[in-house]
Amino acid sequence: MKFTNQDVKEILALLDSASFDVMSLETERFKLTLRRNRSGEWTQEAQLLAPPNLFKSVETGPVADSNPVSHTSGEHTEGTITVRAALPGTFYRAPRPGAAAFVEEGSKVEADTVVGIIETMKLMTAVHAGARGTVAHIAIQNAQFAEQGALLMRIKPEAA
Amino acid sequence: MIFRRILIANRGEIAVRVIRTCQRLGIETVLAASEADLDSMGARMADQTVCIGAANSSTSYLNMRAIIAAAIERKADAIHPGYGFLSENSGFARACAEAGVVFIGPTAAQLDAVGDKLKARAHAEAAGLPGVPGGEVSSVAEAHALANKVGWPILIKAVGGGGGRGMKQVHRADPLASMMELAIAEAQSAFGDPRIYLERFIAHGRHVEVQVLGDGANVIHLGTRDCSIQRRYQKLVEEAPAPNLSPALREQMQNAAVAFARHLNYRGLGTVEMLVDCEREAFHFLEMNARIQVEHPVTEAICGLDLVEEQIAVAEGHALRWKQSDIVFSGHAIECRINAEDWNLDFRPSPGTVRSTAVPVGPSVRVDTHMQAGAKVPPYYDSLLAKLIVRGHDRAEALSRMRAALSRFQVEGITTNLAMHRELMQQEEFAQGGVDTGYLPRFLQGRSVRVS
Repeated sequence: MKFTNQDVKEILALLDSASFDVMSLETERFKLTLRRNRSGEWTQEAQLLAPPNLFKSVETGPVADSNPVSHTSGEHTEGTITVRAALPGTFYRAPRPGAAAFVEEGSKVEADTVVGIIETMKLMTAVHAGARGTVAHIAIQNAQFAEQGALLMRIKPEAA
Repeated sequence: MIFRRILIANRGEIAVRVIRTCQRLGIETVLAASEADLDSMGARMADQTVCIGAANSSTSYLNMRAIIAAAIERKADAIHPGYGFLSENSGFARACAEAGVVFIGPTAAQLDAVGDKLKARAHAEAAGLPGVPGGEVSSVAEAHALANKVGWPILIKAVGGGGGRGMKQVHRADPLASMMELAIAEAQSAFGDPRIYLERFIAHGRHVEVQVLGDGANVIHLGTRDCSIQRRYQKLVEEAPAPNLSPALREQMQNAAVAFARHLNYRGLGTVEMLVDCEREAFHFLEMNARIQVEHPVTEAICGLDLVEEQIAVAEGHALRWKQSDIVFSGHAIECRINAEDWNLDFRPSPGTVRSTAVPVGPSVRVDTHMQAGAKVPPYYDSLLAKLIVRGHDRAEALSRMRAALSRFQVEGITTNLAMHRELMQQEEFAQGGVDTGYLPRFLQGRSVRVS
């Protein structure tokens, strides 16, 4: 749909000569609120409501994303501590494609051992084991998407 | 040729920005969007939206086959690639040509010439531009010899890299071998090209770039931009023109950029990035970006052109509509990149859903964004939410308008770096203008010391 910056400018020009400090417009296609502060400066809250005119491409039917791992999956298991995703993102088990995984089930880890990487908005964040012990279970596959708080692994802590 | 319909192979604010120009020019738009962006602002604005694949960019925004198929199915005359994704991919430019769709950008050969950083250095040298002292190395012994010749510290860079990714600073001979090994492994995995090269590390440098526009025969420049406010090589604030440059140096840099583009018979919009050595009052060629850039609005604000419109005109086969003497610069412009990141938590990304936004409007203020109430900020893509651009008659006025505009800018629902910009714009050193690329890290470091 067309709703241009020029439209807003023209509305502002009309309002500048008026005594109103707030103007709200709502149609089926958009919402617009313009507010004037004490210094006479304007802010705009705009929202396009018109739905997208969607077409499916015959070439590539949408590829279903591998099921995201949500924080509900994975039962809590007695005697283990969980490693969860601090941020939503794509989980990688290895430092780069083709490289060996950071850890496997059964690997011994320290609290600061890197057990994976989460990529969120192009930023790579290391995931740490969080406790000294053994990797008891890996709940997510390589390159799978993890919601924030999703269970990634369970660690069986070593008795102190 | 006249484009009746353009497919936009990108997302976020740049998709919205390209659609706006197309609408003004009466060109129909098709947005190629991933599953994650089907109800984005761009998708609502475009005349048609085609789903090209799943959220992950490798199956959608980097999926050449799906994008070209969508362009053919929707009968688009041309593809605008925006920035990032496939915008500088010569294979994509060739695939477009084979499919009979115009790629809005330089020729595939030009993309190859500037995409390989060593080739670009060689072209710069041939065009008479001074590069940063350095060169390709294939062994540790070669690297030692070269580092001793150009002087320590040095910077290791990936030949296939760009945007600062994979660069490594090395201060002495000791760790050189291990850093090289790491750099080669990273270059291979990130860019599929293990080659690396060395450059002298310039401690007090300013990142200044020149916007150029060519039609394959003639080239003009659209002035300088300063992008020295960076964190980990990601730009956060840009301005045009670059402040506090001597007129002689500015002119030399503009001429050098034009000479470089002419040497390539450059067609389209491009940016020649240079490093200004503040101590020596000299400049070095860094690289050329063969696409529209995030920070292009500051140039538009001071020269009055719509750079997307110029890209389209050149891609349609028109000769440049402007001579250099037609380009008149007026005023000063500053841009702040509003990102979904928490600067109090080491710039931790903050994806989520926008509850509401209020943006400043008025003469001399421009906001390029795809944010609105209900907009999703998916974790799959970069963190840019909006660009706030202000113009003033001079830098002081632009800065004061930026402070006022930032105070009115609100985003609810996700954490942004707005507070960082508000604080940065108050800094005396920034206000003086012409800071080097070490300034922002120093500012952030100083602040974290004060806070803790």
